[in-house]
Amino acid sequence: MNPFSSGTRLRDMIRAIRSCKTAAEERAVVRKECAAIRAAISENDQDYRHRNLAKLMFIHMLGYPTHFGQMECLKLIASSGFPEKRIGYLALMLLLDERQEVLMLVTNSLKQDLNHSNQYIIGLALCALGNICSAEMARDLAPEVERLLQFRDPNIRKKAALCSIRIIKKVPDLAENFINPAASLLREKHHGVLITAVQLCTDLCKVSSEALEYFREKCTEGLVKTLKDMANSSYSPEYDVAGITDPFLHIRLLKLLRILGQGDPDASDCMNDILAQVATKIESNKNAGNAILYECVGTIMSIEDNGGLRVLAINILGRFLSNRDNNIRYVALNMLMKAMTVDAQAVQRHRATILECVKDSDASIRKKALDLVYLLVNESNVKPLTKELIEYLEASDQEFKGVLTDKICSLVEKFSPEKIWYIDQMLKVLSEAGSFVKDEVWHALIVVISNASDLHGYSVRALYRALQTTTEQESLVRVAVWCIGEYGDILVNNVGMLDIEEPITVTESDAVDAVEVAIKRHTSDLTTKAMALIALLKLSSRFPSCSARIKDIILQNKQSFVLELQQRSIEFNCILQKHQNIRAALVERMPVLDEATFSGRRAGSLPTSVSTSTGTAHNIPNGIAKPAAAPVADLLDLSSDDAPAPSSSGGDFLQDLLGVDLSTASAPPSKLGCTNGTDLRNIRVKSTSKRWYNVLLDLLSIGTSPPAQSSSSASDILSSIQDNTASLANLNGLTSLSPLSANGNSPVSPAPVMDLLDGFGPSPQKNEENGPAYPSLVAYESSSLRMSFNFSKQPGNPQTTLIQATFTNLSPNVYNDFLFQAAVPKFLQLHLDPASSNTLPANGSISQSMKVTNSQHGKKSLVMRIRIAYKMNGKEVFGRGASQQFPPFRVRDQFWGKDKRRASFVRHGPTAARSDGIHLHLAARSEFVLIFSSLTMKQDLNWVDLLIPDDVARSELELTFSSLTMMQDLNKVDLLISDDEARSE
Amino acid sequence: MIHFVLLISRQGKVRLTKWYSTYSQKERTKVIRELSGVILTRGPKLCNFVEWRGLKVVYKRYASLYFCMCIDPDGNELEILEIIHHYVEVLDRYFGSVIELTSLIICRKAYYILDEILISGELQEPGKRTIVRAVAAQDSLVETVKEQTGSISTIIAQASK
Repeated sequence: MNPFSSGTRLRDMIRAIRSCKTAAEERAVVRKECAAIRAAISENDQDYRHRNLAKLMFIHMLGYPTHFGQMECLKLIASSGFPEKRIGYLALMLLLDERQEVLMLVTNSLKQDLNHSNQYIIGLALCALGNICSAEMARDLAPEVERLLQFRDPNIRKKAALCSIRIIKKVPDLAENFINPAASLLREKHHGVLITAVQLCTDLCKVSSEALEYFREKCTEGLVKTLKDMANSSYSPEYDVAGITDPFLHIRLLKLLRILGQGDPDASDCMNDILAQVATKIESNKNAGNAILYECVGTIMSIEDNGGLRVLAINILGRFLSNRDNNIRYVALNMLMKAMTVDAQAVQRHRATILECVKDSDASIRKKALDLVYLLVNESNVKPLTKELIEYLEASDQEFKGVLTDKICSLVEKFSPEKIWYIDQMLKVLSEAGSFVKDEVWHALIVVISNASDLHGYSVRALYRALQTTTEQESLVRVAVWCIGEYGDILVNNVGMLDIEEPITVTESDAVDAVEVAIKRHTSDLTTKAMALIALLKLSSRFPSCSARIKDIILQNKQSFVLELQQRSIEFNCILQKHQNIRAALVERMPVLDEATFSGRRAGSLPTSVSTSTGTAHNIPNGIAKPAAAPVADLLDLSSDDAPAPSSSGGDFLQDLLGVDLSTASAPPSKLGCTNGTDLRNIRVKSTSKRWYNVLLDLLSIGTSPPAQSSSSASDILSSIQDNTASLANLNGLTSLSPLSANGNSPVSPAPVMDLLDGFGPSPQKNEENGPAYPSLVAYESSSLRMSFNFSKQPGNPQTTLIQATFTNLSPNVYNDFLFQAAVPKFLQLHLDPASSNTLPANGSISQSMKVTNSQHGKKSLVMRIRIAYKMNGKEVFGRGASQQFPPFRVRDQFWGKDKRRASFVRHGPTAARSDGIHLHLAARSEFVLIFSSLTMKQDLNWVDLLIPDDVARSELELTFSSLTMMQDLNKVDLLISDDEARSE
Repeated sequence: MIHFVLLISRQGKVRLTKWYSTYSQKERTKVIRELSGVILTRGPKLCNFVEWRGLKVVYKRYASLYFCMCIDPDGNELEILEIIHHYVEVLDRYFGSVIELTSLIICRKAYYILDEILISGELQEPGKRTIVRAVAAQDSLVETVKEQTGSISTIIAQASK
């Protein structure tokens, strides 16, 4: 005999494991035992099989892998004896879960055991089936279980009933088979059967409306009677719990009645009396009684309205609420939340008590109460309730502060009757629990302050005061620093003093002090410090007297190890030193931040950069189209224009803290125009540095040798950029030109990636709203042939795009045997109709329509490879291209080439999430330039992976990309000036 | 519906687990770790309910054992407390004293009893005597079978001699 197989006894093993002092020791013991069990399994040892399994169960419970024992379970179940089966089923339920394939093997054994002559074996099988049944097993074994619902022994009937619950939950289609047997079980007297039958009916009602109707009609009265009998029954020792006969059955009956009465006045009517009786008669001094009352209140709240009962129910909850037992109070709060939808007024009466519960020592109760208070708040009581909550914020423990802060902020925002109150409350929250305030909340506060021009003074003074008392709350410091930067002059001059304020004297150097503290504090994080630097820069122009000191402070960060701070320090220093003339304009006060845009953003939509199209060029407002002469001055003038009126600024204003005006030029209807305008203006702001300006102009003009033959209107745009005039030049127009300018002179050359950028900004939703107005796209262009796509969508079927391709012969020759082919990846389906003709007359055009269905609509963009073949003067010509990007979608795919270099750029900065980015493959230098300029519009692009053509020099790349990253964040724009100058010096 | 039942000692050792909803082995370990962290740290006077991952865990301490049951958020917490108590009382009747549960030797029996009380996460039997009787009947069935095989094997052993 195998020396291991006899092994240790279970008791000894447990003792050995328990006496282990370290985890390693325990592992060693377990390993040894597992080895012994495995050996026994391979020996096929019969005698100790169930002892081994018992050991395995123990080992399993300790969290060690026991998969090797699974087959042993099956063997034990398949053996004939009851003891083996008993432990086999136990182990099966414990060691396996529904997902394991081993379960498939057990179905047959289960079937046999369900038909066994020994009722205890049937019981074991039913129990196992009820606990681990999968959908397949449910289908296979449902008939057996159904039959067992009528078994002679009640113990089997009740097990079968619960087993049926599992079956209908796994396979709701089977429900109808169980309706009749379940209904007949309801007439049983045996409590076990009755309780399981009621439960089965409840679950049947949940999965099948047919069952619900049936039971409602046939069984409501019977159930009411059963409940009545129960409530009036005399003492029965077997089922008595704390003086109540079978509370479990009570509760289940009430639960089923709730489902039957919900939405059905007749059924509800039928049960009114008994509910009233239960609600008044049940003793509430023991848990069992309270459990029934709780269930009863739930039922009263759910069934159709009966005024009297509801009052009774609310009163019970009121009594619960004042109970000293925490459990009871917890369930009261829980139920009151449900009652809110039924009778908010009645719940309001308990407001004071509920508010007390927010301060309870029990976290579960606090949380529930807070949820409830949150629901209770309305316009009329927001002030006192918020006051209470904020007061409590001081006393609450750290763990709870986060939740509480969230709720307060959201309440204040939702219900604030006036701005000053909102600002006050937010200030209190910030000073009390600023570190728990979410970013978007303090962003919102800044937006509100910015919008309340009459409260600028009040806010900045209040924040300054708050900053004097505490500097520990990060977001308080941030908001304060921002406001001091923006409204420092107001702070010092006491402008806009309200009557309720106490006068305060702040000197210029005091204000600078406050910011300096923020920047020097060790606990300040990067964002705070960066914001403080900007505030200092702004103050330098507001407070000329402190200018030198500010410069010192800024310079101290020149050697910061944090790139961001170092960069800002150097940039700002440059502005202070060398650009006195533009400084004042550069650090102008921020325009009023647009609330609508901000809330839109918070709501998760992308209000910026609405659909773009080549056609929008004429929509461009000419507000910023200044002549090339004296561009800088003009531009800066522009940016200091007030009248930000209908600001649809797409820029993330909180990033654009420097306050270079984003909105001046923006005019409806084109939001896109605004975004583009902004970016281009930024480019021109940068152009204060002559050299950079040239570089930039260079960059912009690289692609702009307009091919002679081009009739595209976009070339106008290009030239206008050269003129530095219509800077709103629709960059999308530009980009769709890219193949044109790249390939303009070769008759047919690959135009690999076109219109990459067109789809960047637009959000697909917007486009859908706009209906079928999709911009057309020049998908292919050579000197001799142009192919353009017009898009449309059928309403209600966003997945399918209809594309009308128009081929235009640009040459004086006739093309014969014209053939257009297209290929799409698997997630797209392409249906290509025949072309209108296969002969393309000179300077004429033909059209062809196709239908593309995107199975991953919204996730992936339309991508297409195209091939064009035709004969010109008997010579075959091929055209090939990949139309990567159709308008309303984002670039996600990549086309890698062989001879390209690769570069990756990740936007840095505190706010950037790392998720969004693109891979781009650039065919030619011109594309590179165009792509770069368009990328600048893409605020939510956080990384870029590029294949760079060889003819782009590294230095150019660096420059471009530093500007790329910077234009997202206007704070950094100035580095380009200084950096560039520094290099040139 | 009860999603799972856990018995945890005050030291955080797991004494019994029963899963009525599908959890993979990995999830089970994680659930146990998470919950014992939450429940064992709660003070004595606090309420017996913990909200956890959108579900509710009702727990109650008996001697040095925590009985935890996880239910749907709209379940009746007070009733679950009664079910826990029901289970404990049956254990009590069967073993004489719950304290014995801590010595894990009897763990299999605790499972057998639980199987007579709950199936697929629903209460099966409110009568304590019925449960004890059912378990005892199966126990005696095991004993008889063992005796028989015992006697047969002794007969065979004697015969083979």
